[in-house]
Amino acid sequence: MDLLNAFIAVLNYVIVPATAYGAQLALGALGVTLIYGILRFSNFAHGDTMAFGTALTILVTWAFQALGISFGPLPTALLALPFGILGTALFVLGTDRVVYRYYRTIRAAPIYITMVSVGVMFVMTGLTRFIIGVGEIKFDDGARFLITAREFKTLTGLAEPLAIRSTQAITLVAAGLVVWALFWFLAKTRTGKSMRAYADNEDLALLSGIDPNRVVMVTWIIAAALATIAGTLYGLDKSFKAFNYFQMLLPIFAAAIVGGLGNPLGAIAGGFVIAYSEVAVTYAWKKVAMYLIPGWEPESLLQLLSTEYKFAVSFAILIIVLLFKPTGLFKGKSV
Amino acid sequence: MKKLLLASAALALTAGGAFADDVKLGISLGFTGPLESMSPAMADGAELAMKEVSDSGKFMGGATVTGVRGDSTCIDSAAASATVEKLITADGVKGIVGGMCSGETTASLQNVAMPKGMVMISPSATSPALSTLDDNGLFFRTSPSDARQSDVMTDIIMEHGIKSVALTYTNNDYGKGLADSFAAAFEAKGGKITINAAHDDGKPDYSAEVAALAAAGGDALVIAGYVDQGGSGILRGALDTGAFETFVFPDGMVGSALETNFGAEVNGSFGQMPSSEGEGKEKFLELAKAAGFDGSGVYSAEAYDAAALIMLAMAAANSTDPSVYKEKVMDVANAPGEKILPGELGKALELIAEGKDVDYQGASSVELIGAGESAGTFREIEVKDGKIETVRYR
Repeated sequence: MDLLNAFIAVLNYVIVPATAYGAQLALGALGVTLIYGILRFSNFAHGDTMAFGTALTILVTWAFQALGISFGPLPTALLALPFGILGTALFVLGTDRVVYRYYRTIRAAPIYITMVSVGVMFVMTGLTRFIIGVGEIKFDDGARFLITAREFKTLTGLAEPLAIRSTQAITLVAAGLVVWALFWFLAKTRTGKSMRAYADNEDLALLSGIDPNRVVMVTWIIAAALATIAGTLYGLDKSFKAFNYFQMLLPIFAAAIVGGLGNPLGAIAGGFVIAYSEVAVTYAWKKVAMYLIPGWEPESLLQLLSTEYKFAVSFAILIIVLLFKPTGLFKGKSV
Repeated sequence: MKKLLLASAALALTAGGAFADDVKLGISLGFTGPLESMSPAMADGAELAMKEVSDSGKFMGGATVTGVRGDSTCIDSAAASATVEKLITADGVKGIVGGMCSGETTASLQNVAMPKGMVMISPSATSPALSTLDDNGLFFRTSPSDARQSDVMTDIIMEHGIKSVALTYTNNDYGKGLADSFAAAFEAKGGKITINAAHDDGKPDYSAEVAALAAAGGDALVIAGYVDQGGSGILRGALDTGAFETFVFPDGMVGSALETNFGAEVNGSFGQMPSSEGEGKEKFLELAKAAGFDGSGVYSAEAYDAAALIMLAMAAANSTDPSVYKEKVMDVANAPGEKILPGELGKALELIAEGKDVDYQGASSVELIGAGESAGTFREIEVKDGKIETVRYR
């Protein structure tokens, strides 16, 4: 029984939240890594693209709610998601046309384009706040829990609670579907193959007759879709606040770099590595230890590092990985 | 001719010095930054007191008082110091209502106001560290120290029969000051703090913080944070994972967002905030309504009182020199003397002119103790059926 309690405590406070957070980071990192791999620059506007996409999705969600359309126990925002993706894709294609295309045709060094993306980020930051405001918005209208802490306790009679939010389950399922679809697209379809060819060797790809404009367009559309999905899932699970998406840029980039920039598999692994390290390294193991070793009540909390250092943990991992494997855990491009 | 002109100009200038008399008071509050929504009502409160004194025509032989607003940003100490510097040197203010947040107030007081000998009365800086600061008698506040809030919070928690709590605070001067003084007060009364952990505002995820708090355990969780910032993130996580069922909310967490975002989920949780009741407060609310702003805003009444105290002290000292009138602030604020409520500043000035004592009560029942800070009354609240309800004042 005590063994079970210890397991449930770890599951409830470490594994479940870290897995959901990891999936959100992984989806964000996938978008960053895709742009880096194919368009060859670090897109600092990605966090705000997520915010922009989520803002559009929220607006459509509100429209649906006003019309009385709902998605049963699932949040209405999932229905609104395609519209959000469409709007965001159009917006980033417009940005590419107005801003990035020029730098691509003059073959500017990646660092210039990265700086340009910082400019785009500021414009998008302003635009998002202009459209939807700076406040906190909750738009999750589905069933909140698969199982609540109290239900679990009465059901099992265990001392430790276990709660699983429906948004956490949705995040995992959606992330799994999206990743599967992306890998299938990159591996099996003609467009996907041409994108990989373009990423591997631009000149050779052009010589073999691949249309660069098409590759760029498809990349932006996929990146916009990934950003909107990641942003909406995160917003459903926590809440929407434009500023938080900007804050997420840091862990997202850490995830992409740890995994290996330009490598989709690496982005996913990186997302989970960052999320787990943030939660697990700062976890206080006192309660678990008390269950495992009966009759022992430790004086301290058995906490390796206090929670203020959780960002330090992910960046320490980042530095260690870059020291020993400059291309990241999975073979990406060196920065 | 030229000489004549010069002479008359000089005469005009000296005449200006003798009758003129527009006394300027600085209002240094965080008009931008994390508390920007609170600042306008506070500045309106301070300006209401100035207008009342000006209109009475009894201040320093008919002088008027005008407020000069400056942005203290609440979080940027350098910007706040620059603002206070500008208020003193460029605008020539004779006293300052401000600053707003504890860290910024300490910095601008030590770096600018003390070297320049300027009086500052803060309506809202509550850090206990300000009580012991060596301020040359230049600093006062019309809000109570968080050390006092900690005592009140300890009593309330103990009365609920709770002996062990987990504690988390927002990582700034306010949060840390409140958490430390509460931990000391609670442990002195025999309570147990299982963990005292900081959380940062505006972070994307609070799972790690909630996990650590839950592992430490306790009968309740005290959240010394902001309801529209990280405090909500912690509360949401703790509720969802079933880590805690009872929460204790200090002033930063008691707000309308608590009702709208959590409502019935935090039924049975309780807390307290500095707040006054009674005749003074009601009169202030009426005056504010007539002046066209909401006087029930947090610390709006305290700002009115801060401005009123500066002006009454000036009148009592018959001088606008901060180094002179600073001695009178405690006299006008405390007994003995006739009690003065909002709207009676004219009467107070008359009494002072007659050489009588006044005991300024104002909108927040001002009673300055210790090094010149409000003793403070607190509103004990409890969440019932998703609504914040007042239990009593203490």
